[in-house]
Amino acid sequence: MLTAEERQEIEAEMARYPTKEAIYIDAMKIVQRHRGWVSDEGIRDIGEMLHASAADLDSLATFYNLIFRKPVGRHVIMLCDSVSCWIMGYERMREHLAERLGIGLGETTADNRFTLLPIVCLGACEQAPALILDNNLHGNLDPSKIDNLLQECQ
Amino acid sequence: MTAEKPLTKDIPADGQALDLTGYERTGGYRGLRKALGNMTPQQVQEEVKNSGLRGRGGAGFPTGVKWSFTPMGTDAPRPKYVIANADEMEPGTFKDRYLMEGNPHQLVDGLILAGYANQADVAYIFIRGEYKVSQERLARAIAEAYSAGYLGKNILNSGYGLEMYLHVSAGRYMCGEETGLLNALEGKRANPRAKPPYPQVSGLWGKPTIVNNVETLANLPHIVEHGAAWFQGLSRTKDSGTKLYGASGKVKRPGLWELPMGTPLREIFEEYAGGMRDGLRFRGVLPGGASTDFLVEQHLDVPMDFTEVAKVGSRLGTGTMIVLDDHTCPVGMTANLIHFFAQESCGWCTPCWSGLNWADHILRAMEDGQGKPGDLEKLEFQTKFWGTGHTFCALAPGAAEPLQSALKYFREDFERHIREERCSFRK
Repeated sequence: MLTAEERQEIEAEMARYPTKEAIYIDAMKIVQRHRGWVSDEGIRDIGEMLHASAADLDSLATFYNLIFRKPVGRHVIMLCDSVSCWIMGYERMREHLAERLGIGLGETTADNRFTLLPIVCLGACEQAPALILDNNLHGNLDPSKIDNLLQECQ
Repeated sequence: MTAEKPLTKDIPADGQALDLTGYERTGGYRGLRKALGNMTPQQVQEEVKNSGLRGRGGAGFPTGVKWSFTPMGTDAPRPKYVIANADEMEPGTFKDRYLMEGNPHQLVDGLILAGYANQADVAYIFIRGEYKVSQERLARAIAEAYSAGYLGKNILNSGYGLEMYLHVSAGRYMCGEETGLLNALEGKRANPRAKPPYPQVSGLWGKPTIVNNVETLANLPHIVEHGAAWFQGLSRTKDSGTKLYGASGKVKRPGLWELPMGTPLREIFEEYAGGMRDGLRFRGVLPGGASTDFLVEQHLDVPMDFTEVAKVGSRLGTGTMIVLDDHTCPVGMTANLIHFFAQESCGWCTPCWSGLNWADHILRAMEDGQGKPGDLEKLEFQTKFWGTGHTFCALAPGAAEPLQSALKYFREDFERHIREERCSFRK
């Protein structure tokens, strides 16, 4: 069941668009904001409220990069793998993160602390290599900077 | 005389955004007052057409011409929409983020002007999910514009009204494609639509819709305030205005600079970006983002505008160059680019989803030392198959550009990968 808060936020979105279909994606983002990810139950809850089929919602959820259909850790790292970052040392940063966290791309640490994901160009090419950690951009990365970032996350 | 920088001169150096008071103090919303007070929508359209402003999202289509297809008058279908395309996802491109973070009101102002010129009722700023700082600052700017009477019903008592909403995307390169963006806004997968009908006639929810890039819109307040002739005079070549140019890769000073349109590539690369880092040599450059053809040493004197870059076989694109040095593998770089396009293909058109994935596999195998004789011919065949006219949108044609030019200019690197069964750039 959607919480009162989730329901309220979804209803607020409705004022901005002429159709219910237009807020399918936003509704999933709202549920993800509250629950961390969009589970089958989350899809079902949204479907009931907006009269959408689970298949339609899932086809959207799997299309868009920023909707998670699997649980993620407390902190989500999105490491840019596009061309400018690749030139500036993406592979080394990926290897360093993998070594520090003991996981590969698309995985979550056993203590549920970190999820490591690849992401396309973050529009921060002048400070490549770059990543996003919990919605915050960090550029000009090197292994020690990454270590500091990881240390700040509990 | 130092060159004018209308788009960036007022952006605070401390990384903060210009607020409403600051924006008004530097002349903000003056063009809007002028338009609403003294100009008809047709006159605004005419001014923009005469300015020669071309779309800064990469395609370079004349903005005034784009607008001229909008149905006007009392018979026009309603509501009409104007949309700011703030879904900056072209790899190597970071210009719109800078404009939105530093001067969000400039975009709001430009979008209201586009709305007035096309007599739109509703405006959306479609922004990518990762641009959190831009989102916060734009949301504040929209709220400030509402309370100052620049948005809502009866703007500045002119009788014209516009509602504006910030729409945060859930992320996908395809959302930056004009018709993909419309589908995304409607809550669908961001597949492209068949054209015609063009969005100006049948766009968002089947209504007349104008989609313009952030940098394009940011120019409008200045064009309306200072006029078409002033805008024409800003550039060094026939294409008018200024341009945000950028450089990334192993140059001394990666960054972004607003310069007269038509500034030569060499000048941007050597004087502004500072040339290559010590110990490295220049090998090539994607002049305007991932989906433009490589240029090499012999092209460095090309003026960076839409017309001139096309003459040497590439495109101005977004104007933000990605530089390849002699210690970076051209095959690896091309493999990275094609992997991006293959991954971001929406799956709608066969040459794109099938062909890009095939090329992705071939290039990755080549990087891993598994290249085979005949691979280069297969890749060349694919680039022709991805060309304009074979797909609904420009993703596959854009992907063909770096690949076809890499095969041309860095052929010996590809051949060596196959012959030596390894990437010689890797230790």
